[in-house]
Amino acid sequence: MMKGLCFNRKHLCIPYAAFLILFVIAPLIVIFYYAFTNGQGNFTFDNFVNFFTNTNTIGTLLYGFAVAIVTTLVCLIIAYPTAYILARSKFKKKYVLLLLFILPMWINFTLRITALKEILSVLEGNISAYPFLNSVIGMTYDFLPFMILPLYTSLLKLDNSLLEAASDLGANKFTVFLRVTLPLSVPGIVSGVTMVLLPSMTNYVVLDMLYNSTFIPGSLIFSYFSAYDWNNGSLISLVLLIIVFIVTLVTNRFSDNEKDKRVAIL
Amino acid sequence: MKKYLKVIWLAVVLLFIYIPILVLAVYSLTEATVVGGAMGGFSFENYINLFKNEELRNMIFGTILLALVCACISTVLAAFGAIGTYYSRKLTKTLINTANQIPVVNADIVTGFSLCILMIVMLRVSKDTYIPLGIGHIVLTTPFVYLSILPKLKQMDNSLYEAALDLGATPAQALFKVVLPQLIPGILSGFMLAVTLSLDDYFITTYTKPSTFDTISTYVVNATKGSQTEVKTALWALSTLIFLIVIVVVVVMNVTSSKKKEAKREKI
Repeated sequence: MMKGLCFNRKHLCIPYAAFLILFVIAPLIVIFYYAFTNGQGNFTFDNFVNFFTNTNTIGTLLYGFAVAIVTTLVCLIIAYPTAYILARSKFKKKYVLLLLFILPMWINFTLRITALKEILSVLEGNISAYPFLNSVIGMTYDFLPFMILPLYTSLLKLDNSLLEAASDLGANKFTVFLRVTLPLSVPGIVSGVTMVLLPSMTNYVVLDMLYNSTFIPGSLIFSYFSAYDWNNGSLISLVLLIIVFIVTLVTNRFSDNEKDKRVAIL
Repeated sequence: MKKYLKVIWLAVVLLFIYIPILVLAVYSLTEATVVGGAMGGFSFENYINLFKNEELRNMIFGTILLALVCACISTVLAAFGAIGTYYSRKLTKTLINTANQIPVVNADIVTGFSLCILMIVMLRVSKDTYIPLGIGHIVLTTPFVYLSILPKLKQMDNSLYEAALDLGATPAQALFKVVLPQLIPGILSGFMLAVTLSLDDYFITTYTKPSTFDTISTYVVNATKGSQTEVKTALWALSTLIFLIVIVVVVVMNVTSSKKKEAKREKI
């Protein structure tokens, strides 16, 4: 009786498991296949070799890294003090204040970037003249809430008695921050960084909308897609996939068992 | 002094976040066609155009319909998936949880492009059937719904299910009348999350949509490249409307959830 019953409940996951295999796992295998074949379906390393010997694609990859790293740093520099002030303040309803900072998360990003574009045009005149600066501003504007939220949650959990203990033992404020607060907020920093770093390497729409003529890896996929070049497009996807994989491996070591922060907030 | 600095810092960050949105909101209520230019008089023209222009109207309702349909399907898929996985062997659990993480950590553009290759290039499913688009949005949203149901399953009181069986309920009845109701908060927040993710998506839509169909995201991106002033200023109105709706929804959800918490506290 018991066995038949467990059997019954377990079966509920079959549709989802099948769905994952068909539409999550299979597409990745297909990308792998396309990345190592040519237009005629023959096995080849050409796409791979071309990618790493072509100065354009390598340049785009490096430029993408530069945009992503600078954006992540800028987000961190803006978000850390913000999250720190919000989490440590004695304001009664600080949750409401936090909502003000992460509210944009729920507004369509293309509309927000439209708004930013209008402001930048007023400030800069010809916005296509500052491609790198505008990429960083655009990405920061888009992803800032995703950095503030995980930092806030990890700083909120901070045990006050640890800070008091440190200052009782003679540490000054700066030392307390450097030796206690900062190390304890590492999980928040790590999950914020992953949520900003990867999207800012691929979100080419932000660049496009700011009349940017520079390319990041995401733009390459789109241009291959528009040219019906599935093989090279797959190779870039594969490269991005490997980067995602490496970042996930590294960050899993620091992770806090907190899955996506957007789940937590709703 | 230090307190002033803190307030000033927060204010500056808030200004960075909200100035573009608010300036656009002000301009959406005028006759102006360029931000920073002459405002002209006060006018609701942009808001009227938003609903009078058939193309815009279809685009907005199409986006909402797509989000709702996909959110319903992904919520059902994720709810049963999460329940089934919860009672499965450890290996099955690990496999499904790992596969579930893939679309969460993966770049949307890679998810979209790979689905396009699989379905449109390899299997030759026509884009015009909306099947690739629907599946794309379900792939995007289901893992997040799954993740928001999982904690509720862990918090659930297992003895209630056993008690229902002892009292004569069939396993199916126990599942629907005892287990499922305990998951409802997770299911609802998962559904909301699915709707917002689908509404916000650009990349998966671009790679899977029929060429004649546009969601808000793809439409806005095309409109910024075009030069139709009427459409451009109507989108300012749309941005403002969405901003207001988000504020109302977030406030209402938080008021109700804090009321619930208070009610719980009183009970205890």
